[in-house]
Amino acid sequence: MTFDPQQRWQLSSSVALRPEPFGALAYHFGNRRLTFLKTPLLVTIVRSLAEQPSARAAVVAAGVPEQQQSHYERALAALADAEVLTCA
Amino acid sequence: MRLTEQFERGLDAPICLTWELTYACNLACVHCLSSSGRRDPRELSTAECKAVIDELQRMQVFYVNVGGGEPTVRPDFWELLDYAIARDVGVKFSTNGVRIGKTEARRLAATDYVDVQVSLDGADAVINDAVRGEGSYDMARRALDALASEGFQNPKISVVVTRQNAGQLDDFKALADSYGATLRLTRLRPSGRGADTWDELHPTAQQQRDLYQWLLTAGEDVLTGDSFFHLSALGEKLPGLNLCGAGRVVCLIDPIGDVYACPFVLHEQFKAGSVRDAGGFTDVWRSSELFRELREPGSAGACGSCGSYDACRGGCMAAKFFTGLPLDGPDPECVLGHGEAALLAVAAGSAPIPGPGHSRRSLPLSVM
Repeated sequence: MTFDPQQRWQLSSSVALRPEPFGALAYHFGNRRLTFLKTPLLVTIVRSLAEQPSARAAVVAAGVPEQQQSHYERALAALADAEVLTCA
Repeated sequence: MRLTEQFERGLDAPICLTWELTYACNLACVHCLSSSGRRDPRELSTAECKAVIDELQRMQVFYVNVGGGEPTVRPDFWELLDYAIARDVGVKFSTNGVRIGKTEARRLAATDYVDVQVSLDGADAVINDAVRGEGSYDMARRALDALASEGFQNPKISVVVTRQNAGQLDDFKALADSYGATLRLTRLRPSGRGADTWDELHPTAQQQRDLYQWLLTAGEDVLTGDSFFHLSALGEKLPGLNLCGAGRVVCLIDPIGDVYACPFVLHEQFKAGSVRDAGGFTDVWRSSELFRELREPGSAGACGSCGSYDACRGGCMAAKFFTGLPLDGPDPECVLGHGEAALLAVAAGSAPIPGPGHSRRSLPLSVM
């Protein structure tokens, strides 16, 4: 699925997040893949996705500085690609 | 800080752990890393195993690699499997296939979050049975046949790469493909009975280079449990974390509840504690002195002047330990040849003896 940051996304119901000092581990119980969320801020964004009208809005609402926003959108795209995120 | 450095300093809970449920085994493989055979009378009870699973759930350990011995010969194996899965602790279990008939295969096919790894150490009976014992090849194939006929999706065929089977990688892959299975290759360690057979079984330097090329081509289609990271010194990194996770992101619980740094170091020196201790597994993982030490930034030692240290991280702790090499030096199978040189300096008979052994004793003469 192509990642559209204007769409609403959410954490897949098959995925559990485990907090870690660097961010979080995401485990997908369906495909049994482990993914790493490499910053605490990314974890905050992922957890807030379902309440935000779009992925981009979630990145902005989390207070990501403008010059880093595309970086975080790319991280979300990678998570969508790994099926950690699903379209809401 | 890079992610691998975070991992080297340890996580609040293991990413996954290996749990050997019993030392009992119907086979007596010559390279068995836990010297299994006889059940130990002190093995964890069903209730104790369930308490460990409850802890793993609280710690959010998402899956365990269950092994042995042969785990399926435990009478409560299926009960524990269901108990773990119901608590979001996924189970990957390794088996030689002895108890996987059609009924069990049907049951497994109907269960989510379970992975089955059938062990085979030769793509034909001659090479396999020389290591795993007479009839073990047919037994594994019967289990794979049962899993296929009952609709179990994507089992794993788990192979320890040896000098004898290193030329069969394409055959193993073809066999896995024929079953809709995934091939898993892991590294032979001089652990358990493997200490006695390592010299004859471990791959040659040329075989290691061929294996490295083969793994690069296969990419993520072939699982390795991250066990060949020492090969990364040959150039490009292999898929995976490429680090020794012992006591940092993985560990082992043995059948009597003792916790070791990894499945390949069953030795007093690498025992961190027991799940039977007052603080349980959680406390061993978070506070044991051994695990704290392993999470300290390590010294590259004799490897410090080698330009490849960042790639191979000095290799496998267990392989060094049981061949008598210093832990802060090269791996015995160092692809740049530093291990062979270091091995020459090891005095005969000075390598540590693996323990605790549970090999079956041959019958004492008095009862024959």
